[in-house]
Amino acid sequence: MRKWLIAGAGILALGISGASAQNFPTRSVTMMIPFAAGGPTDTVGRLVAESMSKSLGQQVIVENAAGAGGTRAPGLVVKAAPDGYTILLHHIGMSTAPTLYRKLAYNVLNDFEFVGLVTDAPMSLIARPGLEAKDLKGVLEYIAKTKEKTSYANAGIGSASHLCGMLLQAAVKQQFNTINFNGTGPAMTDILGDRVDLMCDQTTNTTGQIKGGKVKAYGVTTKTRVKSLPDLPTLDQAGLKGFEVAVWHGIYAPKGTPKEVVAKLTQALQAALKDPKVIQAFAELGTEPVPQDQATGAALQAKLKAEIEKWRPLIQAAGQFAD
Amino acid sequence: MGFLADFFSGMGANLALGFSQAVTLDNLFYCFVGVLLGTAIGVLPGLGPIATIALLLPITFKLDPVSALIMLSGIYYGAQYGGSTTAILINLPGETSSVVTAIDGHQMAKKGKAGLALFTSAVGSFFAGTVATFLIVGFAPLLASAALKFSPADYFSLMVMGFVAAVVLAQGSLVKAMAMIVLGLLISMVGPSESGAPRFTFDNPEFFDGFDFVALSMGIFGIGEIIRNLEDDTKREAIKSKFFDLIPTKAELKEMIPPILRGTTVGSVLGILPGGGAILGAFAAYSLEKRLSKTPQDFGKGKLAGVAAPESANNAGAQVSFIPMLTLGIPSNPVMALMLGALIIHRIVPGPTLVTDRPELFWGVVSSMWIGNFMLLVLNLPLIGMWVKFLTIPYRLLFPGIVTICCIGVYSVSNNPFDVHTMAACGVIGYVLFKLECEPAPLLLGFVIGRLMEQYFTRAMQLSFGDATVFVREPISASLLAVSAIALVLVLLPAIRKKREEAFAE
Repeated sequence: MRKWLIAGAGILALGISGASAQNFPTRSVTMMIPFAAGGPTDTVGRLVAESMSKSLGQQVIVENAAGAGGTRAPGLVVKAAPDGYTILLHHIGMSTAPTLYRKLAYNVLNDFEFVGLVTDAPMSLIARPGLEAKDLKGVLEYIAKTKEKTSYANAGIGSASHLCGMLLQAAVKQQFNTINFNGTGPAMTDILGDRVDLMCDQTTNTTGQIKGGKVKAYGVTTKTRVKSLPDLPTLDQAGLKGFEVAVWHGIYAPKGTPKEVVAKLTQALQAALKDPKVIQAFAELGTEPVPQDQATGAALQAKLKAEIEKWRPLIQAAGQFAD
Repeated sequence: MGFLADFFSGMGANLALGFSQAVTLDNLFYCFVGVLLGTAIGVLPGLGPIATIALLLPITFKLDPVSALIMLSGIYYGAQYGGSTTAILINLPGETSSVVTAIDGHQMAKKGKAGLALFTSAVGSFFAGTVATFLIVGFAPLLASAALKFSPADYFSLMVMGFVAAVVLAQGSLVKAMAMIVLGLLISMVGPSESGAPRFTFDNPEFFDGFDFVALSMGIFGIGEIIRNLEDDTKREAIKSKFFDLIPTKAELKEMIPPILRGTTVGSVLGILPGGGAILGAFAAYSLEKRLSKTPQDFGKGKLAGVAAPESANNAGAQVSFIPMLTLGIPSNPVMALMLGALIIHRIVPGPTLVTDRPELFWGVVSSMWIGNFMLLVLNLPLIGMWVKFLTIPYRLLFPGIVTICCIGVYSVSNNPFDVHTMAACGVIGYVLFKLECEPAPLLLGFVIGRLMEQYFTRAMQLSFGDATVFVREPISASLLAVSAIALVLVLLPAIRKKREEAFAE
């Protein structure tokens, strides 16, 4: 009798969870962002969340859980109930954290379900206004001449500008005098003030300064030119063959989230990436949504795997650890 | 002369454009909503403009960008007004700047002069806000490019001066004050070092980002004060204030004007610097008043100038810190960063071209600031009577509410329960410090400055490739260091110290 009861309860529970997965979502969904409100990742997250709310029929609420170099929010999402009501939007930092942090509280590949890729945000290489180099060739000559006294600004360990700097140093085979700032704002202050030579940061942060003519700009880091900065060549075209880095964004759910729920989230993401409003807003940020076939769990998982392997040797060679 | 005429006619045209934007029914409404919300969150301990603005961001997507920015900036400077209210009434500073106001403001409240303290703070803030608005209108681009000249070495020396100011700030024993500064400095060392490696974290990820200022200050000041009050309930009864004592006598008016003027100047100068100058404004203004005063021993015991100067400096700094954001696109604090984010979502790319590309936005927001400051004055003066009445609520009913709001507020800063634990632990520390007669203000200053000082020191050394003479080679840095050295010698000279100890002996 007891056994039957337990079995019955089990079937009932399965039935309920099946039904709730089918009805998903019946309440608001929380999208965790690992960085402070107002930053480039937050902006991407909020634009997508607003559009996803429309197709899910429930609000997708953005919650900023900044801290520990972007590793606090994934730690929280891993511990959340795997029901699809807590999801994570993270950027390229998801793939560098396993190397940068030796004691990570989660495994990026095993502890998540993958919803899909969102966008590849371009970065651009800029310099202080007083740097004489007119183009990338000039910059490369400057680096060859100045050697390790070439100064490079980044917005903190593990930030996109830090990663681009590591890639740049590997590409030109020259260590820079790297100066860590806490955020793009302070870094930009010392670029504008003619004190630090170079910075490579997300186009969202640099476009205003480039268009205002307050900094020198030499190229974008993506494979193709960026529509909002039509005069800038790609770094690959300008002389750094094969140099390519983009701040890719993906959406994750805790491991064990039902397949139907993940599929619904993926559909909502795909719909958001077709939303003209999102496309237009992305364009102003100098980016565009990934093609529909990339906004899938499989594509995100593959990207994450490839990126972990891409960054591991670079980070290890630089001897960089954040913990 | 022709240049001046051009300058003023240009300014007039800009202001006309600005007011035509700000004085529409819609924008007046959003300005009012902003300052009202700002006042409310400023009054509620712990809840700050960052959490509020982050919460309101989605709503602003639907607004016109000018209205959105008018409302968000209203929240920011409104919170500066409101923040001093709790500092004065219940010794609970929610913002860095009101830590200083709490020193004399709360003593005034204990003497039954809460109304006068609040009046002084409102009027001082309004005056400073008005001056700062005109500074932005007249000189924003000029001031912004001057601020860029400030190098990491200069900032380091400015922070050194802040440390000297912290010593001057202390009322009791000099040794204890220095010990508190060093303790604050040590606490600030917890977290990531400049190279990114964690320090003093005991492998606990919660410590990786260091301690949060709001949690620390709410704990040491606010919760510490509550424990202290519960120990001795009779003391609370002493705080009773009549409504009409808010109207100052002629003598009191005369006493508050010079500190307001000096506070505004100090706050405006420091506020222009994007790298954390505004934080020092209130501290520097207070220290300056104490140095200039003929009766420095009265500071810390409810001196009017001890409220007037830091409050003016604080509000001037808050307004002036819009300059780097609006003219350069550089956020000088996390609130400004959020506002930049709001602009980006409105597809306005902030940067040096904002003033010319979107003049209606720039001048509209600037004009709304003056209107908002005026609204705050009108809003706050009648409220003073209500706030003072609030003190007549029996403490046993009041304190659970304060503790609850503190917890919510501290949690809301970064949605992290660890901050609430920090606050609780700091409450105990604050109580112990009180028992040991150690003042908490120098500790908090040491905490804030310590972090910035290390950052700028590392940066300056990196940029000079390890050459420490950079601090005396650069003219701004050298003069700041010279001023600090002179001030320190004055404080430490044995003869003066003797006199000081006599004057400050309990």
